[in-house]
Amino acid sequence: MDSIYKEIILEYYKNPKNYGRIKKPTSSAFLANPLCGDKIRIDVILKKGKVREIKFSGDGCAISQASASLLTEYSKQKKATILKKIGPKKVLQMLGIKIGPARLKCALLPLEVFKKAISKTP
Amino acid sequence: MFSVNKIKKDFPVFKNHPKLVYLDSAATSLKPRGVIVKLVEYYEKYPANVFRGIYKISEKATEELEETRKIVADFIGAKTPKEVIFTRNTTESINLVSYALGEKILRKGDEVALSIAEHHSNFVPWQQLAKKNGAVFKIIDVNEDGKLIIKKGFFSRKTKILALTYVSNVLGTINPIKEIIKLAKSENPGIITVIDAAQAIPHLKIDVKKLGADFLAFSSHKMLGPTGLGILWGKEKILQEMKPFNFGGEMVEEVSIKKTTFKEPPLKFEAGTPDIAGIIALKEAIRYLSKIGFKNIRRHEIEITRYAMERMLKEFGERIKIFGPKDPRDRGGIISFALSGLHPHDVAQILDEKNICVRAGHHCAIPLHKRLGVPATTRASFYIYNDKKDIDKLILGLKKAWILFTKK
Repeated sequence: MDSIYKEIILEYYKNPKNYGRIKKPTSSAFLANPLCGDKIRIDVILKKGKVREIKFSGDGCAISQASASLLTEYSKQKKATILKKIGPKKVLQMLGIKIGPARLKCALLPLEVFKKAISKTP
Repeated sequence: MFSVNKIKKDFPVFKNHPKLVYLDSAATSLKPRGVIVKLVEYYEKYPANVFRGIYKISEKATEELEETRKIVADFIGAKTPKEVIFTRNTTESINLVSYALGEKILRKGDEVALSIAEHHSNFVPWQQLAKKNGAVFKIIDVNEDGKLIIKKGFFSRKTKILALTYVSNVLGTINPIKEIIKLAKSENPGIITVIDAAQAIPHLKIDVKKLGADFLAFSSHKMLGPTGLGILWGKEKILQEMKPFNFGGEMVEEVSIKKTTFKEPPLKFEAGTPDIAGIIALKEAIRYLSKIGFKNIRRHEIEITRYAMERMLKEFGERIKIFGPKDPRDRGGIISFALSGLHPHDVAQILDEKNICVRAGHHCAIPLHKRLGVPATTRASFYIYNDKKDIDKLILGLKKAWILFTKK
């Protein structure tokens, strides 16, 4: 059986990208998955409609942590209007693994938080 | 003689998945061939509706169903089969008591008591009832060893309902139900005691007369029986005084435009066509368990649990936290644990790669997990078809997960 814990997932789990908090974000969002206790917070600074800085924090499983790393990495310097259109498909594609229904929520929680964060900004 | 190898042969799933290491019996047990054969027997030989058919195969189905009711009654030491009500699951059994009795007896300022270790199914119904009726929702805490702490004066005349789990589905703790009921009744003889026996019934010999409870709720599927079937046992006298739970077919005596009269218990609480096949097959599960014997089941379970705990602690030491009683004799075959720095979902997923089934999450006990200070745990639970080889595979899987997620 193929493991979903490919190198990329483990790498991001052990050394997450953009992990931490931003002091004065233009907006931030937080969501928790009550099922597994995963919590993700995303802080973002948007300038002229573009993501200037973005960081995530919280606890979660390897899948949700890798997903948050990839998503924040991807969004840097991109326009919020474009980022708002990111769907689950794109996230799963970035992760590059097949995820069963039980773990889908883990993979997509960061996307939910991310969308909430970038939509809040004026 | 108790032989896991022999027992495994009675469970067809192992024929289809020879490598299966099933450590999730606290969620649902596997089913022996006898139960499956009996299910099919109903559908193939007398697949009729029960009770009112004036033809042979309906009479046969009714007879088979009522035979199970009697076998269940004998199995738990009920006074009469009339005390045995078939529901959909433990959750529905508990809700039945809450709706059909709790609503009537719980008044403003009264108390409903339960423990922090309850499964949501024995937590939320009482919480909602307390809210609705303006009663106090009173919680018994647990100590570091996973045992209930009942402070002096906890129960009073105001405590009208005590709802308690017999065996915790997370901590594994076997609660001293008999003693707690005695204590509660000494403070308020009229207290109604509802025991959630979902995790107890597969592991412990229960005699409701000795236990002293008023209600006992459990599910067929955790005790080798079919899914979709729960049982509520209640004292005959109390059942008679209760109002119906669901209205409809099967539970009525006389219906006119103006009024309806209801049947006597248990049928009063069994509106609609029941899970006939499930009920009929449940008796085979009880026969199977009785044949093995609870003494043997318990001895085996304690041995497996002890072995698992010892191996986990030896292998991981400080890096593992096992919740609940330290002495395996104080637990049902359940071990919930946390490996430091590893997420339970990741642990369960890695184990699945080796065909090892465990559960990860809050196990429908969020208040308890909050109390334990962890968002989630990994739970391995054991039953008669598990042996030490299963535990060895579990340990190997955990080691693999540890290396995968911690090596730099």
